[in-house]
Amino acid sequence: MGNYTASIIALIAIVTALAYFYGRRVARKRLAVFTGNGTGKRFHSQPNYHGLFLGGSAAFTALVIFAAGMFVNAQPGDGAAIPPHLVAMAIALSAVAVTLMNTRLIRSDFRARRYVEFFINSALLLCSVIAVLTTLGIVLSLLFESLRFFEQVSIFEFLTGLQWSPQTALREDQAGQSGSFGAIPIFAGTFLVMAVAIFVAAPIGLMIAIYLSEYATKRTRGIVKPAIEILAGVPTVVYGFFALLTVGPTVRAFAESLGFAVPTQSAIAAGSVMGIMIIPFISSLSDDVINAVPQTLRDGSYALGATKSETMTKVVFAGALPGIIGALLLAVSRAIGETMIVVMAAGRAANLTGNPFEAVTTVTVQIVALLTGDQEFDSPKTLAAFALGLVLFVITLVLNVIALLVVRKYRERYE
Amino acid sequence: MANQPSQSIHQSDRALKRLKKRKAKEIRFKFFGIVAIILAMTALAWLLVSVIGTGYKAFYQHSITMTVVLEETTLDPTNARDPDALRQANYRRIIQEALYTRFPDVSDRKGKRDLFRVVSASGATNHVRQMVYKNPDLVGQTLTIVVPTSDDVDQLLKGNILRDVPEQRRKVSDQQIGWVDELVANGEIKARFNVIFFTGTDSRDPELAGIASALAGSAMALLVAFALAFPIGVGAAVYLDEFAPKNKFTDFIEININNLAAVPSIVFGLLGLAVFLNFMGLPRSAPLVGGMVLALMTFPTIIIATRSALRAVSPSIRDGALSVGASHIQAVFHHKLPLAAPGILTGSIIGMAQALGETAPLLMIGMVAFVTEIPTSVTDPAAALPVQIFLWSDSPERAWAERTSAAILVLLTVLITMNGIAIFLRSRLEKRW
Repeated sequence: MGNYTASIIALIAIVTALAYFYGRRVARKRLAVFTGNGTGKRFHSQPNYHGLFLGGSAAFTALVIFAAGMFVNAQPGDGAAIPPHLVAMAIALSAVAVTLMNTRLIRSDFRARRYVEFFINSALLLCSVIAVLTTLGIVLSLLFESLRFFEQVSIFEFLTGLQWSPQTALREDQAGQSGSFGAIPIFAGTFLVMAVAIFVAAPIGLMIAIYLSEYATKRTRGIVKPAIEILAGVPTVVYGFFALLTVGPTVRAFAESLGFAVPTQSAIAAGSVMGIMIIPFISSLSDDVINAVPQTLRDGSYALGATKSETMTKVVFAGALPGIIGALLLAVSRAIGETMIVVMAAGRAANLTGNPFEAVTTVTVQIVALLTGDQEFDSPKTLAAFALGLVLFVITLVLNVIALLVVRKYRERYE
Repeated sequence: MANQPSQSIHQSDRALKRLKKRKAKEIRFKFFGIVAIILAMTALAWLLVSVIGTGYKAFYQHSITMTVVLEETTLDPTNARDPDALRQANYRRIIQEALYTRFPDVSDRKGKRDLFRVVSASGATNHVRQMVYKNPDLVGQTLTIVVPTSDDVDQLLKGNILRDVPEQRRKVSDQQIGWVDELVANGEIKARFNVIFFTGTDSRDPELAGIASALAGSAMALLVAFALAFPIGVGAAVYLDEFAPKNKFTDFIEININNLAAVPSIVFGLLGLAVFLNFMGLPRSAPLVGGMVLALMTFPTIIIATRSALRAVSPSIRDGALSVGASHIQAVFHHKLPLAAPGILTGSIIGMAQALGETAPLLMIGMVAFVTEIPTSVTDPAAALPVQIFLWSDSPERAWAERTSAAILVLLTVLITMNGIAIFLRSRLEKRW
């Protein structure tokens, strides 16, 4: 299969190249006749474009035939697949035919460049439409699978139930054991970990932003800012391992020395490491908004005799507050969607608690737990992952949209 | 008022006190800023130290030099040299005999069993099996082989299994320590550079586990992601910046791109699972699908980078091209894009580095398989380096923690190199107008 596709693609490439060079040559020859007879007439398009036009048409024809062949072969049933050499032959012959037919078009008034540029323009439009298609794909696939899930489990139970134990759904022989899909404990766990992360990251990130924008010399800023941004470049799986191997045991040892027991996997371990991960996120976004506050506001404050810190907390901070809230919302959305740290360091069992020293589970952890390992695609267990994914997508989308709106409004204020 | 004493209210005791307080507050505030920076840097340092501290030891490994006699009676009693029979022969016996000959005074069953546990059982047998399979004439000869020790012995010699722990709670018995010490003293056990870690694939035994298949899987997925995301991203950016009419539809596209950049990565994994695997029927665990998912994740990054690079090119370039008769497309493709190329490349490399570290979406499309072969095509099942790290991190043994950290070090090295190249390109090639 792979071999067949590869050789067909190679064939198409060769056919296209041949058509291109042939078209260019013919165009050059005809152009030479023109320049030779001194009529002063000129070609509308350069020979290059005639070549591209011929090559493009050949490639298009070949691809259509290739796709048709694939389509016919993909039809289930009769089993009479078209043999590969036949497809190859059809591609080659039709490409040659199209090229020869197009050769007649190579004339002085043929606007080959227009066609080529129209094609390029459409291709570029198609590229940007892929962004829309991706969003559409996400929404449709999540919605579709979630609807199938809600056929089996009521949406009310999912959003308000307090019991989450999807594993029992597998044991169909046990009467009355259909698994319970109350997602409240998962939402609570997600919120708890997120809260710990923001509690760690917000003050540190903000203070870094304030220091870098108001106090640091240009040189310090040039060193510290990239160093902080290294934290954003570390892969999340590395943070997860760090939380699991180093931070978790440290938290446990510390709690034990104070006389109470904490599991290695806990909301505080996962949350604080996640907080470290979001620090650069908050600091660079807040840095931007603090810098956007006009210098005149600061100067006015200094003129009244305020110190730098007073200016910062009472004037600049108040002015930058909407932007900072926007930055925090983006950080919250980031923390909710983060997967690897919590998968490795937060725990897997649903646990409805507000105590950060216990193991909790999150939406992303449950998605991973439900979808890794053997899966039958129609069981509510796997479909539940898509329902959780839908919740995750909607919440992060809403947070991002609000944050972007807030930040945009804020920018306009000072423009 | 006018004939107040020379001291103004700003010099009164209360005012001075207040001033002192305000200045102290100022210093405290500045101090908090420094503390925040130090905290963040300490976290980074702590992370690096803990990973390097556990990881560097995986780059060397103890191996044992053994003299094995390839007894014909054990390996090929029929003397037929049949390759299949040779492959199935009892190589375990050969290794055991070699050890018993080395330590002839071990006679009891338990002692013999413990003695065999000094070498890596599957490492040694597979090594000899491969040699004999390749060259059947070796049967009957005596060979000197260098094979890894078992991971317990390796950990003992690296100091991770403590000798002063009581024997019952230690993975290595006193007797084994005695043998190992003798072998070390004789130079038969030596620490060597751990080649297996770079050439081996995933394995149940830590001493035989390597990252080659994961690296290959990552490289393939990244190539696929780049091949898809780069042209599409650049194309979309060029369209939006140069050709798109200003209307509701293009606004909608822009909002979409900004949102995609903020969608949690695991959601892209769900998309890949639902669309690429279940709907399109592409193979599970394949770097092809992994690369497609990573491409969807990175192309918003590439679009954003390309657009800012395009905007940085002076408009006079385009105007100049247009004024000498170039078409709009020619002006963009022949003049603007080449000048924006360094910025585009920088952004793409950084985007690819992010994609390399992504784990969650790959878990969704099944790139968590236990893969013991190096994938040869993009449709073969494969792991990726970050996924391999995730898989190994699940095993509690010290030997695995060591390898996980080492794999992280390799990943970080690759990431630093990629980002370094990006920064180098930016500083070298970028022009300012």
